[in-house]
Amino acid sequence: MGIFSWLQYDFMKNAFLAILLITPLFGMMGTMIVNRKMAFFSDALGHSALTGIAVGVAFGVNNTSLSMVIFAVVFALLLNFISSKAPSSTDTVISVFSSCSIALGLAILSQGGNFSRYSSILVGDILSITPKELVYLSVILLATLAFWFFVFNKLLAVSLNRTLARSRHISAAWLENLFAVLTALIVMASIKWVGILIINALLILPAAAAGNISGNMREYHFFSILFSVFSGVLGLVISYYTNVATGPTIAILASIIYFAAYWWGSQNNV
Amino acid sequence: MRKMIMPCGLHCIKVNHLGVSFGGQEVLRDINLHIHCGSLNVVIGRNGAGKSTLIRAILGDIAHTGDIEFKDRENGRIQKLKIGYVPQSMNVEKRTPVSVYDMVASYQSNVPVFLKRGKKIRRRIEEHLNIFEAGYLIDKQVCNLSGGELQRVLLSMALMDSPNLLLLDEPVSGIDKNGMELFYRTIYQLKKNYDLAVILISHDLEYVKQYADKVVLLDGSVLKQGSVREVFQSPEFARVFQSGKEEV
Repeated sequence: MGIFSWLQYDFMKNAFLAILLITPLFGMMGTMIVNRKMAFFSDALGHSALTGIAVGVAFGVNNTSLSMVIFAVVFALLLNFISSKAPSSTDTVISVFSSCSIALGLAILSQGGNFSRYSSILVGDILSITPKELVYLSVILLATLAFWFFVFNKLLAVSLNRTLARSRHISAAWLENLFAVLTALIVMASIKWVGILIINALLILPAAAAGNISGNMREYHFFSILFSVFSGVLGLVISYYTNVATGPTIAILASIIYFAAYWWGSQNNV
Repeated sequence: MRKMIMPCGLHCIKVNHLGVSFGGQEVLRDINLHIHCGSLNVVIGRNGAGKSTLIRAILGDIAHTGDIEFKDRENGRIQKLKIGYVPQSMNVEKRTPVSVYDMVASYQSNVPVFLKRGKKIRRRIEEHLNIFEAGYLIDKQVCNLSGGELQRVLLSMALMDSPNLLLLDEPVSGIDKNGMELFYRTIYQLKKNYDLAVILISHDLEYVKQYADKVVLLDGSVLKQGSVREVFQSPEFARVFQSGKEEV
């Protein structure tokens, strides 16, 4: 048996491809989410998936993925809007809306004792991904790359100083909403495979680790994507041999990298 | 280094009846300013007088009533006003992986900073940093700069578009007395050697006395404006800064 023997099954091949599509995406988006201190925001967004499904079920929609995506986009825009208006601090506002939405979702889905039907989304299952869904993921990856290419500078400018960005005619609110919607789409597109409970770990950990050892944006992106892909692929292989769920394995690896990078960063005074 | 243009004194910027309200509360009312190129205009006032709000309103960052016009005094033609803004601080915490190049390029260029360094933009940034002897900072992380270094970087960034008006919030933290002196001397050089007007929010009346061409005393509205002597000897000034206590 060679070292690639785990690739002999189709479901492993598909999962491998999915990892190669999702992890660079997460590594890239994570840089901005960490920079903009939106970790809690993306966490709340992940949890809102449950509510989106519940809303779909409540309205008798057949395709709950659709209701999930629509709900997440609305939720993201709402969070953005309310955070900009609210007098109390952003994390409190996000927490209020997140708890409210998840309680609503759980209430609807648990009605009649049926919650176990939906519990798979909590942990996710990357091995069940189909070729058609891989195509969707590729489209999202390409769209994000294009977005990143054209908008990243402006997004960074806004995150560094809104008023200064405004003086350069960069529209902060518009960009922030666009970024929130894109984050919502990406989280929703991958949540079935990654799982609600750990999706934020994959979004935040590689970027946070990279931030510890990078001095500029190029290093930051390079390391974030590298860590993300590395922990993704290695996590998949390890989970195959140890028979542990893939998502948590990846998250554990990413955490280890984070602590190593933190240590390395403080040793070398980056 | 950029060609220096002596100020012609023929351009002027007029702020007419500017007013700002937040949630029904009037923060600024009926502000009228007349600013000439080549002059240093300093806004003073106690905390909460609306100084920063005035700057943000002029920048168009918050909604305001009234208007701002930029005129050629010779033929009265109205032109588009280019504003350079120097904020007090940037949102960077320790270990934020943003270099000076990244920061400046993110505002000035469309070459994605995460991908590669644009050679042309890098040279342009370096040239402008060199005006304030800050060229060596280009690859440093923004979060590791001292207060004075950051100020010089932000100043050179503000000059990159050849603005007609420079808006500055005086740095309050991280700069020692020597740095402050240097800051004011730099501003003085700028207004003398470049064709622009400067509006500066100040917290230090000593420097205002020394360097300002015109002083605006603000407290919701303009209480008094004019030369340093006119404003500093007015009863309004005495009322705001009671018993000569210079806490701003």
